[in-house]
Amino acid sequence: MVKPRTLYEKIWDAHVVERRPDGTCLLYIDRHLVHEVTSPQAFEGLRLAGRKVRRPDLTLAVPDHNLPTTPRRDADGNRIPIADPESAQQLAALEKNAPEFGVRLIGDADREQGIVHVVGPEQGFTLPGTTLVCGDSHTSSHGALGALAFGIGTSEVEHVLATQTLLLKQSKTMEVVVDGELAPGVTPKDVALAICGHIGTAGGTGYVMEYRGSVFRDMSIEGRLTVANMSIEAGARSGLFAPDEKTFAYIKGRPMAPKGADFDAAVAWWKTLVSDEGAVFDKTVVIDAADIVPTVTWGTSPEDVVAVTGVVPDPQSFADPSKQAAAQKSLDYMGLTAGQKMADVAIEHIFIGSCTNSRIEDLRAAAALLKGRHIAAGIKHAMVVPGSGLVKEQAESEGLDRIFLDAGFEWREPGCSACLGMNPDKVPAGERCASTSNRNFMGRQGPGSRTHLVSPEMAAAAAITGRLTDVRELLSNPVTA
Amino acid sequence: MEKLTTVEGGAYPFGMKNVDTDIVIPAHWLKTISRNGLGKGAFEVLRKEPGNVFDDPAYAGSPILIAGDNFGCGSSREHAAWALGDLGIKVVIAPSFSDIFSGNAFKNGILTVVLPQEAVDRLLEVAKTDPIHVDLEAQTVTTQFQDRFSFEIDPFRKHCLLGGLDEIGLTLGEADVIDSYEAKVAQDRPWIAPAAVA
Repeated sequence: MVKPRTLYEKIWDAHVVERRPDGTCLLYIDRHLVHEVTSPQAFEGLRLAGRKVRRPDLTLAVPDHNLPTTPRRDADGNRIPIADPESAQQLAALEKNAPEFGVRLIGDADREQGIVHVVGPEQGFTLPGTTLVCGDSHTSSHGALGALAFGIGTSEVEHVLATQTLLLKQSKTMEVVVDGELAPGVTPKDVALAICGHIGTAGGTGYVMEYRGSVFRDMSIEGRLTVANMSIEAGARSGLFAPDEKTFAYIKGRPMAPKGADFDAAVAWWKTLVSDEGAVFDKTVVIDAADIVPTVTWGTSPEDVVAVTGVVPDPQSFADPSKQAAAQKSLDYMGLTAGQKMADVAIEHIFIGSCTNSRIEDLRAAAALLKGRHIAAGIKHAMVVPGSGLVKEQAESEGLDRIFLDAGFEWREPGCSACLGMNPDKVPAGERCASTSNRNFMGRQGPGSRTHLVSPEMAAAAAITGRLTDVRELLSNPVTA
Repeated sequence: MEKLTTVEGGAYPFGMKNVDTDIVIPAHWLKTISRNGLGKGAFEVLRKEPGNVFDDPAYAGSPILIAGDNFGCGSSREHAAWALGDLGIKVVIAPSFSDIFSGNAFKNGILTVVLPQEAVDRLLEVAKTDPIHVDLEAQTVTTQFQDRFSFEIDPFRKHCLLGGLDEIGLTLGEADVIDSYEAKVAQDRPWIAPAAVA
């Protein structure tokens, strides 16, 4: 009898080119996403060694990290220069390297441009059962479609470009089971934050996660992308969802996906990509859906989560002395005091965007709350940054841009934006942002910036009231137009 | 990659514990498009302190860095290894390293040597006045004062460093097994390559 295997083991086995005596495998990489920050040195390495890209057809380049989210072309179609010379140089390097090595580039002004982790699934580049890498830790996102996807360093980027393989050792497996039904106002982002809070940011280190249980089965593909995206925040380089009918329907017809008979053949194989009955996981984590509530972060690590109805924790309440010290340091940085109600925390900035929450369902959810409402007087700056040009077009065709603009938001061009301080979108020192992004690290949104991670719905709610707000209060009191 | 067999020379007697890669190279240096030139940004914050070892002419150009426990923790940025390499460092000696830094260093021809704290303390003393000798083949660190410390290293990494072999070169040497894997997949999953976009 064949030993039952997990989904991870099936994908791994299908990609082993060669197994070494010490267990290290040469693993084949089916898909490689490249962006402007972690690729210049890799291309330079190839050039110096006189090497070429082995499979340009499996490689896709998209700039996202550095790009300003203000318009990129003037009325005459001429490029508006990027003010930061170093950002401009990284972008120029990608624009030179991609054609030189035969790699398709979705450029800064192309309508398909966006955050690599939004573009990959959207273009049908990401497929179930593939191995997918990118020089970015949030590559875990693509696991939502059943791809074994993980972030890599620049030398590994160069290794994949040159050989289409990586030398790796197999990870341990962890199943994260959430059964039950999510209550109204509880979103995939809250599920992701709950997992970070439950197992901690190092809880998944050394593991590949598989999300199992009715909550994940019932979740939309975009919701799954949000959850898989934050696997890395719980320490796991990859997080997998078994592909199902929803996945196949999502992929069908996308530009780079298989077509016709090829699609049917692909689906037949994808249907085998489930963990077998009796497959053994190295670790199991179980969370009851009923225990997950609208969540915010209070500290400077994604594991620092609390119900929006809760209070800032007392650092002394943590058992581990090093965690006590870290919590105190976080509270000092965040300008919060133990016992303070989260719902009393005033907010100055709202950021709806990032590879975690910038897809059409995210924008629809936020817009539904903002329709007929306006941002509070205390909000200095609120912006929506769609994950891609196609998300932006779709939102505009539904009139969502009008809702955001009428509510007092800015409506921007796609990119990584205020998720990380590499482009002009930053939160000023000492100011507070309700952000749909994935990391609340010190200085992440700009030096001295204070980040509260929330769902798009909760970001909209905070925009309306000017403080962290339980979205359920607004759901039960709809504005009558 | 340059071959690394023996390294003889001065050493920065650094010794600081829990040095994260943000300390090795701050984030604003990540906007570069080159692996080169990052030595200027190496330990940028520490170098603002008067009397720091990195600006002490006595140690300028030393090929060895002696560090404290958990060197290279934090961000995975490979720029940390590039910055040290650009500074001319070929060997880092410490009681422990973060896995990621250690891997990044190796991929850039930098040897990380793990020695017990007592040995590191002794080398920190010697480095203030005299050179240190590292022999990768023999897996030893020695001084002219009869000190002799042995260290462990992964055999594959040792093989690569001694031969100046980079992983990419080695993998390219196995192009035939990659070719046959691709041929097999083309049979099993002919739809695997992305559809061409007009």
